[in-house]
This record gives sequence, C-alpha cells and structure tokens, in this order.
Amino acid sequence: MSSIRRREFLKKSLAATAALTAGIPLSREAQAQFTTNVGEKEGWKWDKVVCRFCGVGCGMMMATKDGRIVSVKGDPESPVNRGLNCIKGYFNAKIMYGGDRLTQPLMRMTNGKFDKKGKFSPVSWKVALDEMERQAKKAMAEKGPSGVSMFASGQYTIDEGYAAVKFMKAGLRSNNIDPNARHCMASAVVAFYQVFGIDEPPGCYEDIEMTDTMVLWGANMAEMHPILWSRVTDRKLNGGDKVKIINLSTYANRSSEMADMEIIFKPNTDLAIINYINKYLIDNNMVDWDFVNKHTVFAAGPTNIGYGLPDDHPKEQKVTLSKTEAIAQGLDPNQTHTVDQSMRGTPLAHWKISLEDFKKGLEPYTLDFVAQLAKGDPEEDLEIFKEKLVELAKYYGEKNRKVVSFWTMGFNQHVRGSWVNQIMYATHLLTGKQATPGNGGFSLTGQPSACGTAREVGTFAHRLPSDKLVGNPAHHEITEKLWKLPSGTLNPVVGTHAVAMMRQLAAGNIKFFWCQVTNPFQDFPNVSNWIKAAREMDNFIVCSDPYPTISGKVADLILPTAMIYEKWGAYGNAERRTQHWRQQVKAPGQAKGDLWQIMEFSKRFKIKDVWKSVPVAKAPGDKLPDVLAEAVKMGYKPDDTLFEVLFAKNGRKYKWSPKDPVAKGHPNDIADDMGFFVHRALWEEYRQFGTGNGHDLADFETYHNVRGLRWPVVNGKETQWRFSEGFDPFVEPGSGFNFYGPLLKEILQGSLKGPDKTKDKVKLFTKKSPQGNILDGKAKIFFRPYMEPPEQPDKEYDLWLCTGRVLEHWHSGTMTRRVPELHRAVPTAQVFMHPDDAAKRGLKRNDLALLKSRRGEVKARVETQGRNTMPKGTVFVPWFDEHVLINKLTLDQTCPMSKETDYKKCAVQVSKA
Amino acid sequence: MGAFLNRTAGESRRQFLARASRFAGMTLVGGLLWGWLVQESKAQPFALHPPGAKSGQDLQSRCIKCGMCVDACPYDTLSLSRAGDDGAPGVPYFVARNTPCYMCSDVPCARACPSGALDREVEITRARMGLAVLLDQENCIAFQGLRCEVCYRVCPLMGKAISLQYSPQERTGKHAFFRPVVHSQECTGCGMCEHACILEEPAIKVLTRRMAKGRLGRHYRLGWKEKGVISPDFTPDDAAPGPELKEWGRRSGERALKELNDTEGLYD
Repeated sequence: MSSIRRREFLKKSLAATAALTAGIPLSREAQAQFTTNVGEKEGWKWDKVVCRFCGVGCGMMMATKDGRIVSVKGDPESPVNRGLNCIKGYFNAKIMYGGDRLTQPLMRMTNGKFDKKGKFSPVSWKVALDEMERQAKKAMAEKGPSGVSMFASGQYTIDEGYAAVKFMKAGLRSNNIDPNARHCMASAVVAFYQVFGIDEPPGCYEDIEMTDTMVLWGANMAEMHPILWSRVTDRKLNGGDKVKIINLSTYANRSSEMADMEIIFKPNTDLAIINYINKYLIDNNMVDWDFVNKHTVFAAGPTNIGYGLPDDHPKEQKVTLSKTEAIAQGLDPNQTHTVDQSMRGTPLAHWKISLEDFKKGLEPYTLDFVAQLAKGDPEEDLEIFKEKLVELAKYYGEKNRKVVSFWTMGFNQHVRGSWVNQIMYATHLLTGKQATPGNGGFSLTGQPSACGTAREVGTFAHRLPSDKLVGNPAHHEITEKLWKLPSGTLNPVVGTHAVAMMRQLAAGNIKFFWCQVTNPFQDFPNVSNWIKAAREMDNFIVCSDPYPTISGKVADLILPTAMIYEKWGAYGNAERRTQHWRQQVKAPGQAKGDLWQIMEFSKRFKIKDVWKSVPVAKAPGDKLPDVLAEAVKMGYKPDDTLFEVLFAKNGRKYKWSPKDPVAKGHPNDIADDMGFFVHRALWEEYRQFGTGNGHDLADFETYHNVRGLRWPVVNGKETQWRFSEGFDPFVEPGSGFNFYGPLLKEILQGSLKGPDKTKDKVKLFTKKSPQGNILDGKAKIFFRPYMEPPEQPDKEYDLWLCTGRVLEHWHSGTMTRRVPELHRAVPTAQVFMHPDDAAKRGLKRNDLALLKSRRGEVKARVETQGRNTMPKGTVFVPWFDEHVLINKLTLDQTCPMSKETDYKKCAVQVSKA
Repeated sequence: MGAFLNRTAGESRRQFLARASRFAGMTLVGGLLWGWLVQESKAQPFALHPPGAKSGQDLQSRCIKCGMCVDACPYDTLSLSRAGDDGAPGVPYFVARNTPCYMCSDVPCARACPSGALDREVEITRARMGLAVLLDQENCIAFQGLRCEVCYRVCPLMGKAISLQYSPQERTGKHAFFRPVVHSQECTGCGMCEHACILEEPAIKVLTRRMAKGRLGRHYRLGWKEKGVISPDFTPDDAAPGPELKEWGRRSGERALKELNDTEGLYD
C-alpha cells in the first residue's frame, strides 16, 4: 500500500473507531459495506454474536435459517478483530454439532433409584432436579451452607454468573462458589486490588497500535491470543525500527518468531529479573520521580506465607532458605535461615515502606546475581544473557519509549503470582509508563468472560458484584439493599476457593458439588485425588455439560446443557469490553441453559428453609442469624421460593414478548419458560452495582446495538484508558492521574521487616467526591523478593514440567476435540522436550514416553521439534487431551495470596514407556 | 523396464549386468504374484511414494511389490497400489490427506526395502516424496488474514520447509497476514500439512515434485540472490541458449538468406 493510501485508510478507520466509541451511528454509506450480507435473499438471518473461546473477545456474525446455523463469519464491524478469526473462531458453529451431544439428564441408577455405584441412565428433568434437591438439602442439614458448593466458570455468560452468585450467596447463604478463573487470573486480581484498589486492566487493545515496545512475560500470545498477536505483528511490521518485541519465557515458543529478543529464564526467576530491572531504573536515574512522588507510595508484605500446599505439608510449617533465597532477601547466605511460615494465614497483609527500604530490598539484585540465577537455557552464554537483561532494562527506562508488558498464565499460575504481577506494575509506575496510550502493564485474560463474569460479577468465594467483598459490612449492606434481602442474610465468612473446594470434598466436608461450564476433573492439579474423592466418598456430584467429559464420568448426575448460541448472553473481554448476543438456535433435545438450571433449582428452596439460623463456623456465634422475621416485614412469605424472591419478583417488571424490538425475531427459550425477560431483568439489576463508582455499564438495549463497550460507560461513552486524565471520567481535570480504586487505601506503615503497629495507618488519598469516589488516589509500588517454588527437579524427578495450551484446542478440548478438522490438526498432547534430554532416556521423536511425578503418571508421545523448543531440563505438555491427563502429575500448590494454582512448574521424570 | 535397463552414470558394465539379471528374476516372481491385481499398467504420475523411492519407471521396475515397507511403517501410512489407485500397480504409495508420512528418523520403510526401490540409506530430511504446494490461495484462510497456520505448525521441518511471511493487513489497518510459504529445497513431501489442513478440501496439497516445480530459464540468474557470482552449477553449457535458441541459431543464416531472396511483391 502506498503511504498515501495507507494514511487515508488509517484516517478512515480511526474515524470509524471514533464513531463507535462515541456511540454515533455510522453513515448509511459506511454501514452499507457491512450490512450487505451473503444469503439474505435465501432467507438467511445474520446477527452479531461473540466468539466462544479466548479472552480476546472477537466479534462474530452468525447466519441462521429455519432454526439452524447456516454460516458464520468474523464481524467486520468489530473493533477487536475487523472480520478476522483464528481457527477456533472459524469453527464456532461446529462445536455445537458433535455427534455425542447430551440431550437428556443422565443419573447413576440401580433399579430405578439413584445409586452412587450405579450406571448412568436417562432420567427426566423432574427426577434429576428431585434428586439434586434431596441431596443438597441433605448436605445442608448435615453441614450447613458450607456443605454445598458450586464450581463456576469464566465461560459463564454474565447473567449466568450473576444468577449463580445470587442463588448461592443470597439464597443458600453459602460462599462456596468459585470459578475456574481462580486457576486463570486470581493472581492478577490480587495485584489489581493491592496496587490500584480496583480490578481489571487500565488499558485497552489500542495500546498495541500506540506503543513502541511489547514485552511478553510468560504469555505465548502467538498461540493463545491469536488475533491480538495479529495486531502485535502488524505493529511490528508497520512501526519501523523503533518497535521491539521481547519474549520472556521458560522455553522458546511461537511468539519468539516475531520477537527481537528472546529471554529464556528458569521457572520463578521472573521475580528476580523484574527486581533487577527496578534496581537498574533507580541506579541509572530512569525513574519518573515527579509521577512517583505524586501518585504512588512504596509497599511491602510478609514472605513467610507458605505455598498453598495442604496444611500438613512440611513446607507449610517451616522452610529453610536456600543460599540464593537468603541473598535475595538480603540475609547472610552463610547462615542457615529456617523460617516459620507463620504468616500463611494472613498472606495479604502489606504496609507502606520508605523509598530507602525499597532501595534496600532491591540491593541484592545485581546483574551478576540475577543472570546467574535466571538464565534458563544451559547452553546460552552467560555474557549474552547479561547483555539481554541490560537491554531489557534500558527499554523500560528509555525516556521517549512507550512500553506495554503483556502477561497471562506465566505470571498468574505462579506460587508467587500476586507478587510478580505487582512488581511488574512497580516497573511501570517507577517510569510513569502506566495507564496512558501505549504504556502500561497489561494483564491479559485467558477465558472469554473471565473479566465480564468471574471478576466483574464476582463468582469468587470472596467476592460480590463490582468489586464488593464478602465480609466487608459496608459491601454487604449495599448488596443486601440492591438484592432486597433482609439485613444479615449474606454470609460473612469467605467460602472455599477452587483448590480448597476439592480438598474439602476429599475431607468429606463438602457433600454437594455442582460444576457448570467447566471440566474440573480434568483441569485441577493433582487430579487423581479429587476424582477418587468424588467417586468413593459420600457426596453428590452434578455436572452440567453439553458433552460427555471426564467430569461427567466422575459425576452422579449429568445435566444436558445448551451451548453459547442456544441462549442469550454476554461476555466481557480482556479490555473491559462487554458484548451481548441473542439466542440463535434452539438447544437439542431436552438440553437447557445453565441459567435455566439455576433458576429451576432455585424453585426447590423456600426462604423458610434457608433464611433461618444456620450453623457457619467462624461467623459470629458460629451461625448465621435467622432473617425470616425481617423478610416477612419486607413483604416476603415464608413459603416463597428462592426463585420468587431472587429472580421473579424483580424479573416480572421486564415483560417478554417474541415481538420485543430487542429480540429482532430471535427465540428466547428461557424467557418463554420463566414468563419474563430474564436477561434484561438480570442485567438491569446487576448494573446498579457499578453505576457511579467506576464500574458503570450501559443499559441492556444499548449493547444489542453496538459492538461492545469498554466500562466504565458514562453518559453513553466508553473508557479506553482508566486512571488517566482526559480519558477516564473519574479523573478530575488537572490531576493527571487518579488511581481511584477504593480497596485497601488505608494501610499500616513499616519496614521490610514488618509493620510498625505503633504508627498510625496512612490514607492513600486525601479527598473524595460528593458521590464518595476518591479524587487523588495513589497506587502502590511493591517490593517483593525472589523465592523458590516448593518443588524443584532433583535426582529422582529431574525435569521441570510446564503445562499449557495450543492454538488449535480450547482448555480441556471438550469442544474443539469434537471438531474433526481441529482434532486432525492436533490429535494428541505430546511431551515437548530437548532432543538430548530425549536421547539420554533412550527416546526419540514420536516414541511413547512415561511421565511420572510424585502424584501420578501418564503416557505421551515425544516431540523434539515443532512449535515449542525446550531448553534442556524442561518439558512441556498441553492439557487439552483427556487421554493424556497431565493434571495427574501437577502439584496442588497455589499462590498463597490469590489461591491460584501454579501449573507451570513441578518436578517429573520421563522414561521410555 | 526402459529406465531400469539404462545404465546409470558411474556404473560399470559389469555392475549393470549383474543388477539387470538380479532384478529380472525378482521382477518375474513379483509379476506372477501381483499380476492378478493389474488390469491396466498405466503409470500414474500423481502418487506419493515412500521416502527414498526411486523416481518414475525406476521405482516401478525395481519394486518387487513385496510389501515389506508397508509392514515396516509404524503408522500404516503405506499401501501397495491396486489397479485404479494412484500410482503404478503394486508399488507402495500413500495418500497424505488420509495418513501422511510421519518422518521417522530411522526410516523403517526404506530400511526394509530388499530391492533398492527405496534407498535404504536415505536420510529422512533429504527424502523427496513430493512437494507441498499452497495451491488454493483463495480459500486458504491464512491468506485471508485468519489466524490458522496449522500447516506451518505441524510441519516436521517447521520454519524450514514451511515458514510464515508476515505482512500488514491493509483492510483492517491493525492486523497482519501470516501467510505460509513452502520452501522446496527443504520440503520432503511428507504431507503433514495436507493432512492437517482444516479446510474441507485442503488448500495445501503435496504434488509429485515433477508436477509441482517450475524451472527458471537456465541462462538466467536472480541477480539479488547470487550477487553476480556465477554459481558452481552454472556451466558454460547452461549459459548457452536453450534448445530452441540453438536451433534458431544454426538455421538463422538460412532463414535470413531466404528472407533476403524473397522478392515476391517487392517490385509490384
């Protein structure tokens, strides 16, 4: 393209973006090129939907005719993907038409009755729900609200997540609901809370087009965020010599192909590398002191917080620091340091420290120390590795260089995941390269609605909608008011997080477990334990799924479930973009949506059953109060069902008719079944939580007319860069920046050693708006040391195991493996290893290898070439393949702060099978 | 048998005769065994043969149709062709879309060949079973800007035999193209790409190298690639005009004379 044409084009595309941003409809002429659709003459009806798969959130167009999907395409009007897709998006329709779709409930039965040891037989929905009701009530009678649990999902639609949280927390008064997103971005959330006081990325995808430097930290975007990578690549191709891509990883992957520099580091040493960068920035006077002094404070926290292992694990009691760890914590390496893990109960504690303390913390992270420690490829020359580290630090520090750091699971699935997220922001805050166009730490998400549902709605054990927290009295008050609950209904005790949920299942404390839109018995670390607990103990496992999966096999009851385009819904992507869609086709047989299942189940409980006084350990008086009397005062009847109280009472205000203009003739099965416009009712109720406090969302109808909007949406206008003046309506003119997140804005003061309790707490803001929003909030620059993971390769288990995904398959493969084309492209999970590591074990490419850890074993074919190039000492196995159940080997270690599993490192051995 | 009976370069007359008599016997037995399969013995040029296979007639004549290569393949890739299949009857071949060659490093099929139809010493990366060609760029979704490149990632010589060519997407203004490009000097023709192509009908297909490859005029060199240096294979003979030019050259004098002497109409 000639430069003039390109410029013209860019102008036009910018105009189009601006038009969409401002909510101005495009001219008829401009729209025409988008709306001339193939097949319209044949009666095809095109409608906008969103891709089912990753966190990028590509827009799709779907054509239906006579109740069937006849075509899909990338939505040319979507600002995310402009009509493009990856191959998973390409097969969006096909995922629904696998030959083994479940069409009726299946329950383990013997002689016409439920039997835990029985075989699956088809049953009616009535029988299925009857048994669910009986089992859940039995569990609650025995254990109280903590005897039941739901394992939720970052692939829930927003309304499903919202209904699930409301049902569990307000209805059953159990906080035992946690999403698979716990395994995905919980560490990112802790960092957002502790650094900014509010969740989710400040920036947006336009950062890619506006930056000079893209640093990938444990994010293989080339495969995991394919369409974003297409934008990164375009930036690299168009940006001239100044634009650089740096790929940091524990092995070489497809993202290295485009990178100017690849840095292969040892697992967990990303902590040390970032500390080196931060030290370099200070030593070389590259800090933006004006920004730092105005908008930040320095902070630190405890280090003896354990590793999220089971309570009785020796490493959860006492840890003897290695010499390297001693140096990294500024201790004498020649002495033995045995540290009590006494802060494992309060890992989230943190306090303000001085700049001097911050500098002192960074002191050990010299180039020599960090390079020796972090170099991940034994065959790389140390001097070259050092040069790379210096160059990387310079990129961050250079005055006129914009830098975006991208990360995903490499940071988040990390025994110190919250730390590494936090110190990455420290780098950006030190240089003032945060929350402006083309600058910032950008925590990408894996799942299509990890942000929209799991985080914004708060389907976590400790969360309520819009960053409200369980146990915070003010937040309970707001929530109870919006949900029209008697005061004291909500349970103040944080529920079981994902890994704890499985541990409690195995301990016999959770008796009823229901998973929706996820496949926990393939996904969890150390999975054999939990499979055994589910099958052998006295409990009841319900699995909602469109297809037979491992979790289905492990369950007692399988509910046939409608898939994405068989229902209305909304997802929120990694740049805070909320996108709604309409139902396109009907689900097969008796399959029903997750929302329908939750609502039908809620009809089985009367408020007199659940709002009486119930035992809850650690609550005041070890019980929840009886709130029935107050409920009656509010106009409820004891015999009202949870469905009536939680959903229908408000819902009936939103009439449903197939002729509703929003519906545009599309079906809405759940609205027909429930008798009101369920999705609109839930949306309008839900968005009240965020209005006016920086989580603002538009009304239901608006989203059906736009290609998504990035919250906060204020006066119909979305927000591209939060916290930044001129972009974010919550930042006062003249203030430059305002890190206004309200959480954790009053903290103790102290030193690297600990808080000084004799000193008063400090406020990280001085004024508030009349609406109660912070006007001059400060962000925190954390110091966190390098620490080793609890399990490392030794003589017996001599290799690192890292797990992850491939472009062709989604998560546990239950959808993509049913698309023959995707299956043929990547039929099985291989073990990627260095050819010399293979040869040493008598293995060559395509041989069958036996992989073993202390927890289990699995067989896989060896791959010594291809998409991933492993350094000696590390193997990689993707987890999509149920026949290579790699999670039998992984360790149930978590970041103690976020409780997110570290799937990226444990010790294994490999031999010839 | 024609090609087989040609003496190959560097082969002594005695070696040639020994080989001819040995294979005459084997071929005769093979012919008896497999003759029933053969209804038409027309050589079909589309078939892909195992690594190290001799080309064309040479393969047909050397192959004794014993099936040992078929047995040796751990992936059941190979079959012996029957009448009506691609390839000459009885000769081992594979259909990449169904089962490609997985490029075993020890090449068990070739090692098992008793007749020399397959080169037992072949190094798998040097095998030339065919050549992948991205035939249908109109339907290849990577060429439309979608993120696929499955052929590239499944290629056992990823980055060498198939690489990606990156270029900006003018239409969207913010994405890039990732176009797969096959390099014939590395491609073995194993067919993993054709096998894995996610289209209903693959856009990339493995053709026999003869079908796939064009040839630059032997007199011409790409200046920016060879920087004016005459490459080792650039012999004076290559530099001379091609056959047609030679023809023209020899007869040009005659033609000119004829032209000059042709005065018809000149004086009208």
